Amino acid sequence: MTEAGLLPLRYVLPVRCETRLSLFCHPFLSRLFCRLALASIVLAIPAVAQQAPPAPAAPPPRFMVVLDAAHGGDDTGGHLGGNQLEKNFTLAMSVRLRSLLGARGMQVVTTRESDMAVDPNKRAEIANRAQAQACISLHASEAGSGVHLYASSLAPKQPVRFPAWKTAQAAWVTRSLALEGTLNSALLQGGLNVTLGRTSLQVIDSMTCPAVAVEIAPELSSAKKVATELDDPDYQARVAAALAAALLEWRTDAWRTEGHQQ
Amino acid sequence: MIPRHQQLLFGILLVTSLLMGATLLHLRERAHQRLIAGQDSAPTSAPEVAPAEEATLLVANDSDGSLLTQARSLPLPSDPGARARAVLGKLLDVYAAPDATHPVPGGAASVLQVFLLPAPEIGAAKPAGVSSSEQIEPGPQLAVVNLTGAFAAGHPSGIETETLTVLSICGTLHANLPRVTQVRFLVDGQPRTTLAGHADLTRTYLAADALPTEGAHP
Repeated sequence: MTEAGLLPLRYVLPVRCETRLSLFCHPFLSRLFCRLALASIVLAIPAVAQQAPPAPAAPPPRFMVVLDAAHGGDDTGGHLGGNQLEKNFTLAMSVRLRSLLGARGMQVVTTRESDMAVDPNKRAEIANRAQAQACISLHASEAGSGVHLYASSLAPKQPVRFPAWKTAQAAWVTRSLALEGTLNSALLQGGLNVTLGRTSLQVIDSMTCPAVAVEIAPELSSAKKVATELDDPDYQARVAAALAAALLEWRTDAWRTEGHQQ
Repeated sequence: MIPRHQQLLFGILLVTSLLMGATLLHLRERAHQRLIAGQDSAPTSAPEVAPAEEATLLVANDSDGSLLTQARSLPLPSDPGARARAVLGKLLDVYAAPDATHPVPGGAASVLQVFLLPAPEIGAAKPAGVSSSEQIEPGPQLAVVNLTGAFAAGHPSGIETETLTVLSICGTLHANLPRVTQVRFLVDGQPRTTLAGHADLTRTYLAADALPTEGAHP
């Protein structure tokens, strides 16, 4: 950088000093003053360049995840084993997952942080305002086995400027199915049983983001006996870690796609 | 001092009153017996037994979230509404059995009615020159399934289990009554937001969407 900066200045010095500073009474003094001034500037440039902060790198694209802990308040949800309520389980999973995602540099918006009732429309509003790249609705059930992933059963539609509230997800169904696939891969890699499906949930159907409902059920053995209960902390940690890994991969894919588009 | 004839008159009136009261009680008992005898509920004619036919049930399986087609033989009435109710009753009886793959309490009594209506066709305009009588030719039907509140209250809560119940009802209706293309749900005659906290009951379900390939997930 220094060589590149000095060469043109050396070349310019005589010319500019001859022409611009001829107002001084004595030509020698004029040239001397000019060269001293320019030399000081030339010498100062590397120092200034060293002191100046490096040009700020482009910030990474924003990646927002919405976590919807289903139920809450009077809406207890299902009754799980060990006198546990679905609303408490989903809130605990939301908190656990939020910390994992935060540690991976993702911005997280939650629909509730405590045992409070939140209207399904309000939950969708929160998600839609966040303009998130992924929306996960957390549920739990005693029925079935492993983790159930559900995308909206709405038929895919082209995006419109003013979508109907109850079918707003239709324009995002394709992306939601892709997100469901990413979650499925990560959960399978984590050694978990996964069931995929489509369903009609009011919260999901009104969201304008890639949205998947994740329902966590106990793990059953091949003899249809409960092998892992829902309240097993290790099981919860495995599910949360797999979901976080899936969202990390989803972010990588999203950034790669944005990079290609740019 | 009360005169003797007045004492006799009082005595006669008292005896007469008691006799009349006893007579009234006796007549009331006789009338009651006649009424009971008139309410004999014995059938005057033998009930019509519909011939057993083969019905197709889409039975849910919670362990893998699938819908499996099963053929069952059961008496099916000729009236389409009663037929739909009978088929759904059989399906819910399967779910109420102790070894059910998709356990849901309630059984056949959980289906109060099934109403069959012409399915609304979105965007379908009435062709010019076609009278209203020609419009009622057989076409797609909307089935409105009215479930009991006890069934909804006793249904296990969960996305998978509720979705499987809804889809198996839709698929079973369409499999046995192919004209049924859309299904809506009521609970005790009223609209209800969800079945047991998850599956949306406010929307119209497309019955054909519930028909899976063998063993496939909904």
